[in-house]
Amino acid sequence: MKCLIAIIACLILVSCSKEKNKPVGKSSGGQIIGAGATFPYPIYSKWFYEFAKINPEAKINYQSIGSGGGIRQITEGTVDFGASDSPMSKDDIAKANSKNNNKIIHIPTVIGAIVLTYNIPGINESINLSGDVISDIYLGNIKKWNDPKIKKDNPNVNLPDKDILVTYRTDGSGTTYVFTDYLGKVSDEWKSKVGVAKDVRFPVGQGGKGNEGVTGIVKQMEYSIGYVELIYALQNKLNFAKVKNSEGEFISPALESLTIAAAGSVEEIPDDLRQSITNAKGKGAYPISSYTYILIYENQKDVIKGKILKEFLQWALSDGGKFAKNLGYAPLPDQVIQKANSKIAGIRY
Amino acid sequence: MQESDIKISEEISTKEIRSKRKPGDIFFENLTLLFALLLIGLVLFIAIEIYGDSAESIEHFGFSFIFSSDWNPVTEKFGALAFIYGTIVSSILALLISLPVSIGVAVFLSEIVHKSVRTPVSFLVEILAAIPSIIYGFWGIYVLAPFMASTVQPALSSLFGFLPLFQGPIFGTGMLTASLILAIMITPIISSITRDVLKAIPVSQREAAYALGATRWEAIKMALLNARSGILGGAVLGLGRAIGETMAVTMVIGNKAQIKASLFEPAYSMASVIANEFAEASGSLHISSLIEIGLLLFGVTFIVNTFARILIYSVTRKT
Repeated sequence: MKCLIAIIACLILVSCSKEKNKPVGKSSGGQIIGAGATFPYPIYSKWFYEFAKINPEAKINYQSIGSGGGIRQITEGTVDFGASDSPMSKDDIAKANSKNNNKIIHIPTVIGAIVLTYNIPGINESINLSGDVISDIYLGNIKKWNDPKIKKDNPNVNLPDKDILVTYRTDGSGTTYVFTDYLGKVSDEWKSKVGVAKDVRFPVGQGGKGNEGVTGIVKQMEYSIGYVELIYALQNKLNFAKVKNSEGEFISPALESLTIAAAGSVEEIPDDLRQSITNAKGKGAYPISSYTYILIYENQKDVIKGKILKEFLQWALSDGGKFAKNLGYAPLPDQVIQKANSKIAGIRY
Repeated sequence: MQESDIKISEEISTKEIRSKRKPGDIFFENLTLLFALLLIGLVLFIAIEIYGDSAESIEHFGFSFIFSSDWNPVTEKFGALAFIYGTIVSSILALLISLPVSIGVAVFLSEIVHKSVRTPVSFLVEILAAIPSIIYGFWGIYVLAPFMASTVQPALSSLFGFLPLFQGPIFGTGMLTASLILAIMITPIISSITRDVLKAIPVSQREAAYALGATRWEAIKMALLNARSGILGGAVLGLGRAIGETMAVTMVIGNKAQIKASLFEPAYSMASVIANEFAEASGSLHISSLIEIGLLLFGVTFIVNTFARILIYSVTRKT
């Protein structure tokens, strides 16, 4: 037993000391390693599987450790590509570029959305929520379901005189980032009091871990509200709200309404493709949506890996698109695919 | 046993033995020494590594890190008090709930029930320890929390609502539910150790008690009194498990960094905040603060274990 512990201890010591000076990704011959966001994991693994059928050399291993982990690993140079639900900050980009003497680029892959799910006994239809109402609920300014502000948007719904039980994601997540990014755009009070980040300090409510934790609380607790990813809500057949967009329409989250949101923002998309598409313009656009990105260096040091990655990305944005809808992801609008392709074309090896 | 061994070795001159020893003995002695040192070295290595990685946060916040309960990643203000409070209160509460139950189970199994029932029942109790904590977490959120919200918490608040402990809105999840989950998780540990300790008490003692006219209850009480240091030891092991438990607690504690008197309110534990925020933390101060919480968790475990050792020592000494 002790011998076993000692062996394990030795292994830990050895692996720790190696980790610092030897990037894991570079040493594994031919295999491409990526790490990052959990949200696009199902579509990415489908893509890797399908792409390997076309190109048998492409062995891509993706670890869904979270967007923050993906950014950290690509900055350290321990993976061949990273993935993140929110674009990297300017500081993070500068850090990654100077550390690796390279240029990191953002490739949007699919679009995801956040929905507001709730549990009000007796109400099975979609309720209407506007941005300032959502932010007031999460700020604690609106405490009851029959608040006049909620009633105004739902004249035909019999809302109960009950306290709203607010639920949020407690683990740092791209989901929380997109949600707070939206609230920051529609409410100045939110922006100044709480802010926009992957973890924020919510003024009211309680936290669930992961989409499943939030769903668990909302399903079990009457009169609760929470926010989760669209795919998760669809798969679990949760009730979700129609959210008022910038055109004043109440829009139900559907894959088409996400692609519309992205298309509505395409004129303002910056050259590096880092763009928030929450509260987007356009009729029929659902307002709480976002791109998810693959992060990759422009100058690939390994010729074989660089070639495979470049081909993979080109394939994913063209032929790969057909797998997205079945798995609950909205495909990119054509204009964005064009822009992303010109970025991919810039990858050198 | 150990004491007599030491005495014997003291009596014979150590030099005399050394000269007569075979090389195999020396090799074996050094080998075991190496293993022992490896473990100590590992603990030290972890402590130093954690300390080094939390240097930025220690430098930035100093002692205010321990005394502030303000935790806001957006403004980069970090204080761990709410997490320390959550960990200690939930673990001790769990121990208070679990200890009487565990002792009851152990007494039942070792003193009262027939052997044909004992084996299956103790197997079932021990199997509780083998359930992964994430399963406890989901069971907590889908079964226990709704039950707490519909039955237990309303009952507590109507009976003991005058106490600040049982006031406030009823969520189902929160400090009390987390403690209850922890209590269920540590019961098999404490009860199986208590059972073994009770079994180790010689039958002759019980027979002597009966011979003197003691009732069954008095005989059990005597056995429990004699076993108290072992029972405390089991309780310490259970407490250690409760302090470090992460997934099950995270699912039901409510994850809000606040210190509230009411046990119905959501709280947060040290292990939970690390599990929740570490994967997505990107600011270096945020990461460093999370690692400092790890360091503090190390410290809390150390202090609690030391106190427990002292307690066991003082209890044992009286016998």
